[in-house]
Amino acid sequence: MTALAGALMASGPAATLAVSDGADGRELRLSGRLDAYSIAGVWGQARTAVAQAPERKVIIDASRVDYCDGGGVAMLVDLLRQERSAQAPVTVRGLKPEFQTLLDQFNPAALRPPARAHEERLHAVQEIGRAALITWRDIVTQVAFVGETSSALWYAVRHPSTVRWKDVWYTCEQVGANALPIVALISFLLGIILAFQSAVPMRQFGAELFVADLVGLAILRELGPLMTAILLAGRSGAAFAAEIGTMKVNEELDALTTMGLDPVRFLVVTRILAAVLMVPLLTLFADVIGVLGGALTMISFNIPILTFLREVDSLVDVKDLFAGLAKTPVFAILIAGIGCLRGLQTQSGASAVGISATRAVVSGIVLLVVVDGIYAFIYYLMDI
Amino acid sequence: MPSDPIIRVEDFTAGYGESVLMQNINFTVGRGEVFVILGGSGSGKSTVLKHMIGLYQPMAGHVYIDGDDIVTAEGAARNAILRKIGVMYQSGALFGSMTLLENVRLPLEEYTALDPEAMDLLARMKLALVGLESFCGHMPSEISGGMQKRAAIARAMALDPMILFLDEPSAGLDPITSAELDQLILRLAKSLHITFVIVSHELASIYAIADRVIMLDKRKKGIIAEGDPKVLRDTSDNPWVRRFFNREAVAEAA
Repeated sequence: MTALAGALMASGPAATLAVSDGADGRELRLSGRLDAYSIAGVWGQARTAVAQAPERKVIIDASRVDYCDGGGVAMLVDLLRQERSAQAPVTVRGLKPEFQTLLDQFNPAALRPPARAHEERLHAVQEIGRAALITWRDIVTQVAFVGETSSALWYAVRHPSTVRWKDVWYTCEQVGANALPIVALISFLLGIILAFQSAVPMRQFGAELFVADLVGLAILRELGPLMTAILLAGRSGAAFAAEIGTMKVNEELDALTTMGLDPVRFLVVTRILAAVLMVPLLTLFADVIGVLGGALTMISFNIPILTFLREVDSLVDVKDLFAGLAKTPVFAILIAGIGCLRGLQTQSGASAVGISATRAVVSGIVLLVVVDGIYAFIYYLMDI
Repeated sequence: MPSDPIIRVEDFTAGYGESVLMQNINFTVGRGEVFVILGGSGSGKSTVLKHMIGLYQPMAGHVYIDGDDIVTAEGAARNAILRKIGVMYQSGALFGSMTLLENVRLPLEEYTALDPEAMDLLARMKLALVGLESFCGHMPSEISGGMQKRAAIARAMALDPMILFLDEPSAGLDPITSAELDQLILRLAKSLHITFVIVSHELASIYAIADRVIMLDKRKKGIIAEGDPKVLRDTSDNPWVRRFFNREAVAEAA
């Protein structure tokens, strides 16, 4: 029992229950104060006492109850609502009139616990089919959205004057400039960890210098673009879904539609354009910071920064840099697009916006992994 | 029946999913009328409004706005119809990231080739019409609910529509603010000859502003009364309609 509950119980006369068996049935004598704080103990006892006498009449004598509120009435209703044979009813007597009027507000029989609905268990095959159908519908929606967005983007490229550039620049600031600190932190950490973890075993072979090649290649080709994209999914993908989702809940999307303005052109195109402009720059920034992190770590392994950078320069090609950067516009379209789509799909209600933001991050990261795999395969085939 | 209707709703059936909310209803709105759609909670009055402005597709039927069917229109034809109407949503639905002036300017920016100064002036004049000229630079979150609704009316009027649709204008407002909004609606209707289509269940407001009402009922899935609200209150032969207008509680059917 918590201290608070203890204090509340001690503040008034507690409820007490005395059970006696007489000639005309079992008698439950309640006395004291019946409120939500005091009845916790006697409620269980009373229920047991009633249940133990299924074939006898039960009389609840409430004449010594000094106080009874909604809590006490709930207990009485609970005792009265039990299903029993007609020969053995439960009755309440002696309850003071002011409490009796409260009890009379309720019909105990109507408050019986609902019969447990027979839960229809689906066959495993049905479950799988249903899940597949939902996934399939989601894919169809995504394909339709990709089509709609592509046509809107194409229109924007051909008619740049129709784009709301003010919104694009504002989103650029949100997506790009404001993400610099977190991107710097993560890529710096990544560079340090990568360098340190590979330098320790490589030192056994006297090959610490080649850590530079490892760090350079890994960050430029894979980790820089991927980590930036994942950070973007967490920051901006979720933000887009929440912003657009809130607008939907507030009927602002309806307002746009009845003004004859297409929400895709108005909200989605500006966000995708901003992401496509910013993500390559952020990735470049992450690459530089990551390699720098690696270089700083190697100082403690007696490799000066300049030696490290020269080693990176000798093995890592511009081709590798562009192999990494070439992914970033696609990542940007995916993340911004899926964030906006989840926002547009928001249902009504307070939790809907949260669900949309979650779905934006999860689908965004899943798509990233898939697309990154496709890129790896293509690069392997093209020998890049 | 108005002789010169601006809106004609014909053989209109609508609902959600499988359930039909209203079946085969017909009504017209006259030019310059203040027309109120009313009904109990859940009778589908907001749904009818959202169909009339083309947000939802009806199961059957047509909605003619100034002669053109918004149900079948697409692309440019649809935009041409949308430009004749303005909508104030229940929550106001002002764009939260823009000031009031920017909210009202937005339709002007998108549809006109006016220079920025002219757009500013037009937007400020619309805000002045609803008494908010000194709040041009405020964000929607910085003003009260009643002001937000007035600003939403100003935005809906940005392109001088022929018809204004208002969804529950008095919802969530105190009686005085609500009465002020009624005065505003009457003033705009009389001075600018705008047709108003209003969804409401606020009796005081209906008596004050409505030229004509239709009353929807979810059990009948249709219109159960049509006409002047004061006349309906006193003479309707439908007991439910009389009770509604006299604000009497109905004992729940056991």
